[in-house]
Amino acid sequence: MTDALVFDQVRIVLAGRALIALDRKISPGEVLTVMGPSGIGKSTLLAYAAGFLDPAFSAQGRVLSGPLDLTRLPPHRRRLGLLFQDPLLFPHMNVGENIAFALPADLRGRERRGAAVAAALADVDLAGFEARDPATLSGGQKARVALMRVLESRPRALLLDEPFSRLDAALRDQIRRLVFDKARARGLPVLLVTHDRADAEAAAGPVLDFGSPSAADQPAASAASDCSRP
Amino acid sequence: MLKLAPALTLTLMLGPVAAGLFGTLLPAAGYVPALGGTAMSREPLRLLLGQPGIGQSALLSLGTGLAATLGAFTVVVLFTAAFEGSRFFRLLRRLLSPLMAVPHAAAAFGLAFLIAPSGFVMRLLSPWATGLQRPPDLLIVGDPLGLTMTLGLMAKEIPFLFLMLLAALPQADPLRSQRVAASLGYAPVAGWLTTVLPRVYPQIRLPVFAVLAYATSVVDVALILGPTTPPPLAVRLTGWMNDPDLSLRFMASAGALAQLGLSLFAILLWICGERLAAMLGRRWIEGGRRSAAERLIPALSGSAMALLATAMLAGLALLALWSLAGPWRFPDTLPHHLTLRAWMVHGPAAGDAIATTLAIALPVIAVAIALALACLENETRDGRPVQHRSLPLLYLPLIVPQIAFLFGLQILFLMAGLHDTLLAVALGHMVFVLPYVFLALSDPWRAVDPRYGHMASALGASPARSFWRVRLPLARKAVATAAALGFAVSVAQYLPTLLIGGGRVSTVTTEAVALAAGGNRQLIGLYGLLQMLLPFAAFLLAAAIPGVAHRRRADGEAAA
Repeated sequence: MTDALVFDQVRIVLAGRALIALDRKISPGEVLTVMGPSGIGKSTLLAYAAGFLDPAFSAQGRVLSGPLDLTRLPPHRRRLGLLFQDPLLFPHMNVGENIAFALPADLRGRERRGAAVAAALADVDLAGFEARDPATLSGGQKARVALMRVLESRPRALLLDEPFSRLDAALRDQIRRLVFDKARARGLPVLLVTHDRADAEAAAGPVLDFGSPSAADQPAASAASDCSRP
Repeated sequence: MLKLAPALTLTLMLGPVAAGLFGTLLPAAGYVPALGGTAMSREPLRLLLGQPGIGQSALLSLGTGLAATLGAFTVVVLFTAAFEGSRFFRLLRRLLSPLMAVPHAAAAFGLAFLIAPSGFVMRLLSPWATGLQRPPDLLIVGDPLGLTMTLGLMAKEIPFLFLMLLAALPQADPLRSQRVAASLGYAPVAGWLTTVLPRVYPQIRLPVFAVLAYATSVVDVALILGPTTPPPLAVRLTGWMNDPDLSLRFMASAGALAQLGLSLFAILLWICGERLAAMLGRRWIEGGRRSAAERLIPALSGSAMALLATAMLAGLALLALWSLAGPWRFPDTLPHHLTLRAWMVHGPAAGDAIATTLAIALPVIAVAIALALACLENETRDGRPVQHRSLPLLYLPLIVPQIAFLFGLQILFLMAGLHDTLLAVALGHMVFVLPYVFLALSDPWRAVDPRYGHMASALGASPARSFWRVRLPLARKAVATAAALGFAVSVAQYLPTLLIGGGRVSTVTTEAVALAAGGNRQLIGLYGLLQMLLPFAAFLLAAAIPGVAHRRRADGEAAA
């Protein structure tokens, strides 16, 4: 079982102006949705957790996985699985290589790694797609490869940055369900950042809405405590 | 290690410039104990000013340099204003891009073969139109005012400035600017000049200064196309510096400082011109005039651009033809027959020159690419671009006239016992290769979506693995192109090779320029062609490296 993902008094500041703040725990298998208009630092919050804070911003607080303080680790040791709006499959690798790149190095042997890649692809109905160039995939196929890639890196948690917004409506529902099902099946804590209400509903977890009028006035201090705690 | 990359790069790039300027200053003031100068004196300067025709040489350098830069700049800007977005524009863009890689000397030889009294144009016209059976007694190449030299410099700088302008254009949003201007009633040229030019000019200003500094201090083109009675300043300085009489070096060093002053003065004049243009431009904008010679400008700039591009291409074709020519008497349009004789006789010597050229260029570009990548990777890991502070520093070696610091550098290498070695020449080339490699690499590197790297880290890849497996492969096309450009720059270096190599390091370029004084056109054609083919081969190799966007589909059949 995985550990909970804890945001311990995390605050994002841009040029002295407090943006978003988050102080809570996301249990394994739970999806916490953060909503709000653009510009309040939702994506920056994810970037801070993953270790890619733009130097224009500053941030305080810790992000923990169980007892482990991730903020003290370099980005590549945090193992927080990121999914963006774009699938960002590496264009110079084929589909199989994209997934193999994510497999932990301690899984050894060409055959075993190949089998793991094949199983991952089969898991999302893409069996036999190893040699395909990502550029030849449809939007839904890319999204599925991106999902399996992040899961095969055995992340401690998932950080989703509006990952469904570029998909068309029919596909969006399907991929959304797939992502949440897989995350729950693996007991991963998930932080979802979105401005699509339907995302929040599909996530079926707690929602922090930083767009509500009371929160918009003083986003930093009050928003997190205002919102629905389970 | 990575943290040291920027400092190391700047040291390799600017160290020789600074040390060289210092090394020029000492002998200019009369102080070089090794050559018997132990006291500071104004003697070198006095000697310099006493040289016959020295003022004329200086004026020639200033005049040809300013005229060539202004001419190239005007043609490029007006052409772009008149034709941007048209099919003609795209055609010239395709024609001119590869010409940037042609070394100055090869372009100058090509032009000479085209327009000399016994050149191709005269042959085409003779005897039916001119009645000439012998080449006319005209001083077309080497005319005392340096007009042909100016033309040659213009033709060679136009592709460079054009590409610089093209690289800067997207940031000025030219299409929409021009549409807005058009909707306000501005004719195309007027709209471009008032809304796009003011925004792109700041970005091509440093390249323009580099052209100005180069054109006012050029040696190789001047040796091939320039006047000899007297020659431009830099040519005379080079002669003194290579003179067996070492005492001439004091005067040469004083002259090198004068050359530095002259090139800086040219830049100062240009800056005054900028002010004037800005003032006139403001007045234009306030006055709201809607058109700017909308017929004349396209006609003139279009034909100038087409003519110069044709002349360059024809000249380069003539180099190839001459290298294969059997007897080719005036006024025959074509050689009597073609022969491989020149290649057979001079092939082995040319092979040595190619080997030396490669022995210098390949290590230099390997180091330059590694340093540029290390700087950029360091910047990526820091997450802070250093671009804006360091850009003028990158251009510094291109804006200080070569001759001003190469003299000093030669003397310093002499004192260090490194003179005439390939290592010293390579260090000299590095000064000029690094800025170009860095400039060519940095924009594509920074254009790669940073989220790819973030994604790799989030998937557990260490910084080194992210670099080797993700960031570097995504930029491999740019790396290959930058390497080819660096190679072209190294191949084209004349003065650094000549001065630092003490005349003992022979590359295809030094060999070619050395042939200028003699009349063996087959041999000139051969070396000129080699000078051109080496960079072309490098760019062809770079073009063969697949870019990420063009990756072949791994299994088209299975995909169906």
